[in-house]
Parts: sequence; C-alpha cells; structure tokens
Amino acid sequence: MKKDEIYERLNKVFRDIFDDDSIVVTESTTSNDIEDWDSLEHINLIVAIEQEFNMKFNMNEVTTMKNVGEMVDIIISRI
Amino acid sequence: MNELQYPFNVEYLIKNKKRIKKELLLKPGLLDKNIAILGGSTTSEIKNMLEIFLLNYGIKPKFYESEYNKFYEDAIYGNEELDNFNPDIIYIHTTNRNIINYPSMYDDEETIESKLNDEYQRFELIWKKLKEKFNATIIQNNFEYLYYRLLGNKDASDIHGNTNFITRLNQKFYDYANKTNNFFINDINYVSSCYGLDKWSNQFYWHMYKYAMEVPAIPYLSFNLANIIKSIYGKNKKALVLDLDNTLWGGIVGDDGVDNLSIGPEVPSGQVYLEFQKYLKYQKSLGIILNVNSKNEYENAIAGLNHPGGILRPDDFIIIKANWNPKNINIKDISEELNLGADSFVFVDDNPAERQIVKNYIDGIAVPDINVPEDYIRIIDHNGYFEITNFSSEDLQKNDLYKDNAKRSQMMATFDNYEDYLISLKMKAEISTFKNIYLERISQLSNKSNQFNLTTKRYSLADIQKINDSDSYIKIYGKLEDIFGDNGVISVVIGNIKNKNELHIDLWIMSCRVLKRNMEFAMMDKLVEKAKEKNIKTIYGYYYPTLKNKMVNNFYDLQGFELISEDEDGNKIYKLEIDNYVNKNNVIEVISDEER
Repeated sequence: MKKDEIYERLNKVFRDIFDDDSIVVTESTTSNDIEDWDSLEHINLIVAIEQEFNMKFNMNEVTTMKNVGEMVDIIISRI
Repeated sequence: MNELQYPFNVEYLIKNKKRIKKELLLKPGLLDKNIAILGGSTTSEIKNMLEIFLLNYGIKPKFYESEYNKFYEDAIYGNEELDNFNPDIIYIHTTNRNIINYPSMYDDEETIESKLNDEYQRFELIWKKLKEKFNATIIQNNFEYLYYRLLGNKDASDIHGNTNFITRLNQKFYDYANKTNNFFINDINYVSSCYGLDKWSNQFYWHMYKYAMEVPAIPYLSFNLANIIKSIYGKNKKALVLDLDNTLWGGIVGDDGVDNLSIGPEVPSGQVYLEFQKYLKYQKSLGIILNVNSKNEYENAIAGLNHPGGILRPDDFIIIKANWNPKNINIKDISEELNLGADSFVFVDDNPAERQIVKNYIDGIAVPDINVPEDYIRIIDHNGYFEITNFSSEDLQKNDLYKDNAKRSQMMATFDNYEDYLISLKMKAEISTFKNIYLERISQLSNKSNQFNLTTKRYSLADIQKINDSDSYIKIYGKLEDIFGDNGVISVVIGNIKNKNELHIDLWIMSCRVLKRNMEFAMMDKLVEKAKEKNIKTIYGYYYPTLKNKMVNNFYDLQGFELISEDEDGNKIYKLEIDNYVNKNNVIEVISDEER
C-alpha cells in the first residue's frame, strides 16, 4: 500500500471520528491541531485506525508516537 | 436503527456514533431522563454508546459522570453537582478492578468470609446512601471473572480462589437485588463471557486508559445496560410476528407437503427448528404474544403447525395471517386487531427481502437479521427485546387476555346494538384508591400506556409509592372483568389537590385492551365521588398531544368538561364544576371495597 493511500484512508477515519469533513491530516498533524482530539477521543481514534488497517498498536507505540507521520510509519511496518 | 441491533459492526459504531446521534436526536417524542454514571474506571465511551442506544429506544439521556473512580465518594459523601442533578437512574459501573481485598492462600475460612462481607458491605452502604438521598432506580454491575486463575481449575471451587470469591460476591449482590425494588443488576459477568473473557480483559486498555474492558467490547456492555433502562420505561417489545416456511420449520409446506417438513427430533435440520419452537413457547409463557405472518394457504399453515414433530400449535398464536398479502399489510392488520402498535412487534423471517420490505414500511418495528437457523435463538435473545425488569402476574396471563378479546369480538358480531353487547358482557369493575399489591402494576401501566394516555407522564415505582403515601392526591385504579375473563388492573387516574377545592388530573390512562367498554365513564364517576368527599369543587383536565395519543384528543369533551385554553402545540386545559355531575356509567357493575 502506498503512503498516499494510507493517508487517504487515515484521513477518512479522522473525519468520521471527529465528525468534521474539513480535516486534512499530514505528517506533522498532532492532537493540538484538532479541537476534539483529547485523550478520550484518542482511544477511539486508535481503535478505529486499528480496525481500518487490520493491525494493532502496542502500548509502547501508543505512548511514544508524536504525530501522524510516526503513526503512519508504524502502520506501514505492520501491513 | 438497524445498525443498533445485535450483532454489531463495532468498527462502524465507533466511527459513526456522532453522526448516528445527530440523526437520532431528530426523532420526535423523545423521553427525557437523567442518568448518573458512577464509575470505578473510565466511563466516557460507555456513556457515548449508551446514549445512542437509548436514543434509538426513544429515550434522551442527560448525563452526570463521576470523576474517575469516584463512585464511592460520590455515593457516600455526595457532591453538589450530583445532588442538583436529580437522577432518574444511577448506574454504578464497577468491575473486578474495584474489589479491594481478594483472598490470599494464607487466609483461613473466617478471614475470607470477613473479606467477602467487607466488600459486600461497602457496596450495600453505597446503595443505601443513594436510596436515602435520591428517588432513583439503581443499576449495579455484577463482577466479571479475572482473566487469570492462580489456582487453575481449583480457582472456581476453592475458597482461596478469586473466581470463587467473585462468584460468592455476585451471589450476595443478587440476594440484595431480589429483595429490593428499583434495583437491578447489569450482568457484565454474562456479557463478558459471551464476548470472550480474554478479549474483554485486554489489558492494553486498562493500562493505557483505565478502561476495565477493551473499547470494542463497550457497545455490548452499553447495549445490555440500555435494555434494562428501556424496559424500566416500558419500551419493551410485546409481540412476535413469525414467518412459517424455513423460519418455524425447514421446507415449504405448500410445495413439499406437511410430511416432508424438517421439524422434530429425528434429524439435525429438524432439531434446530424444534429448539427454536421451544424457545418461542417459553417466550409465550412470559407473556409475549405470538402471531403468524406467512405467505401460504391458510389450511397448509395450520397443517404445518399441527405437524407432530413440532411443539407450537395453532392455539399458541393469537392471530394467524396465512395468505398472499404483502407482509407489511398483514402486520398493519395484526396491529389493528390486537390494538397494539406495530412498533412493539418483532418480525422474524428467514427471507431478507421480506425483512427489508417490513423494515421499509413499518416504523419502529424490530426486524432482526436472523441469519441461519442455528443462529435464530441467539440473535433474537441477545437483542433483549423482552428484557424483564418488573414482572407482574398480568404478564403471565397476557396471552389469555388477548385470546379473551378475540372471543369478545366474535360475540360483538351477534349484537345489532352496541349497548346490548356491553350489557351482555356482564362487566364488573373494582375501582378503588391505590392498594399496595397493585403499585407495581400501576407503575408498569403508566410506563407502557401510550395511546389512551392524556398527559404521557411516566411514574417509576418509587414515584407511585410517594403518591400512595401522600394525602394531596386522589389516586384510583380500575380492574375490569366480564364473562370471558379478568383483565386485571387496566386504568389509573391520579389527581393532585390544589388550593383546597381544585383537583388537577396529572394522569389518566387506560389499557387499550378495554377500549369502548365505558370503563372511562365508570372511572370518572368514581373520581367525582372521591373528589366530593374531599370537598373539591372544580376538576381540571389536561391533554398533551403526542404522536400516539390522538385517540384521546376529545376525551375531556366526551366527559362533559369545558375547554378553557389551547396553545399552538395543541396542549389543552379543561375544567368541570362537579356540583351537578350526573353519573355516566350504566353498563358496568362497580364494586368498591374501600377500607375507609
């Protein structure tokens, strides 16, 4: 799967979860950039991304990833 | 909404819950309820999922959520926000993470016993404090098992085992539940086992976010909880409408012939349908009304139901529609004949095309995707359509009641004059001030009645008990029996006395089983009699329109009241001076067994 395609699918998950069609995620996107992205929504986001790409993050990854770019790197390494 | 039926597409729900919520909020006639969630772990997503399931049931929750793991403090010491919130429901979401002292191998029997009691007492204190402070229904989780067993299989039987400890603690909760009104157990022990305990207990979610179960399991938990709540507020389904061919038996009776149907203990394909029939027969014994809706010649349908391998018989059903009409038309007819809204039906059919038609045409009906015959029972059962909270003896008799009504209809056809028919029924009514034995039924009726309901006010058992104990209300119930049978308590009127000589009717309801029997006039006569005893001069009646209560739009006009105001939403206020009131009922013999 190409990086572009991953971003495209990821973007759709973000839009669904935050119910906001104006969201465009990039490598550098962090929780500071999206208003509703708090720790409680974070978990729903993680679950939805895991289901979208049929993979699992481990605890270490979830606690250390700093932005969407790092998230995508993990997804690529897993699929 | 179809996506909110079991089994769930969890991925879809998690992604779309905001959109689903927006859509459901547009539904008219939502019932507002305040729900306090007191959690022993994170509850945020449990609340979100609960909200969409409740909205789907027509209940619009407002939430109070305790701070993380503050269930004990909130209950025992209280806080202003919770006190002012005035909850209708208090849900205590605790799990095995909230058990403080598990047994250890060094403990003797006595020590373990006292650990068990300490754990239990802590919870009992919570419930008692909450009951003292709030007039609310309490829903308490039991405990799920741990995902590891220190003693292996012995963990279940040995008093030192955590599994054993949890089992015994749960039993203590059940004992309390069995002797306490307005207290219900949310059985997460069962839900977690259906879901799979290892998956349920995924520790990632605990260590990362302090969720006591994995997030994808939450829809199952919240759905289970929503079912208890909707049952309390009378939103259970009431009737099953069943297809025949390949639903109640294998094969097509019209094509294959009765002798070639798969039903009975001999072969696997016959066993699976027999088990399903047995399950339905149990449902019937719980007061669920069974009906048939099948594309068949009537004779063939009856022949199939008399197949010796089956256990359901034609007289287990109240209405059998076996014809070639579209199934949605048959459902409308069944609804009219039973005097029950089609939104209280569950339609069961193996054919996805028929299911789709019924879903499209009948608003609010439940249509489970029952999949293959070996899944029928699980899918219907886990949807919780008939969740039992308050079970009254009326429920047990319900099938008989509907059957009696069918006989009355036949008899009515033999009279030209309706009043002659009513007299021939030799009706006897008991109309009195509330009695303790009927309080549960009265509360149930107030929550179930939608059509013959002037104000659509809902009363929990606790509310009814309060009114029962108060002198500022006139509160009467009516029972009605006739030559065909006893209908039980079918009408309730609650009037609030204000300004010494005014009576304001807060609630007037009647079961649709006894429509057009003049029972409402007998109730009015008694209400006026009671009002006069209390020196009431004027009775005020209120009509608040809903989607379902159009049938009583002119109720107070018929009772001789004068309309004094009507607003643009159609809310009406009436009054009646009772000095010269003349009794209206002359077909029902009224027995009054008041203790004065």
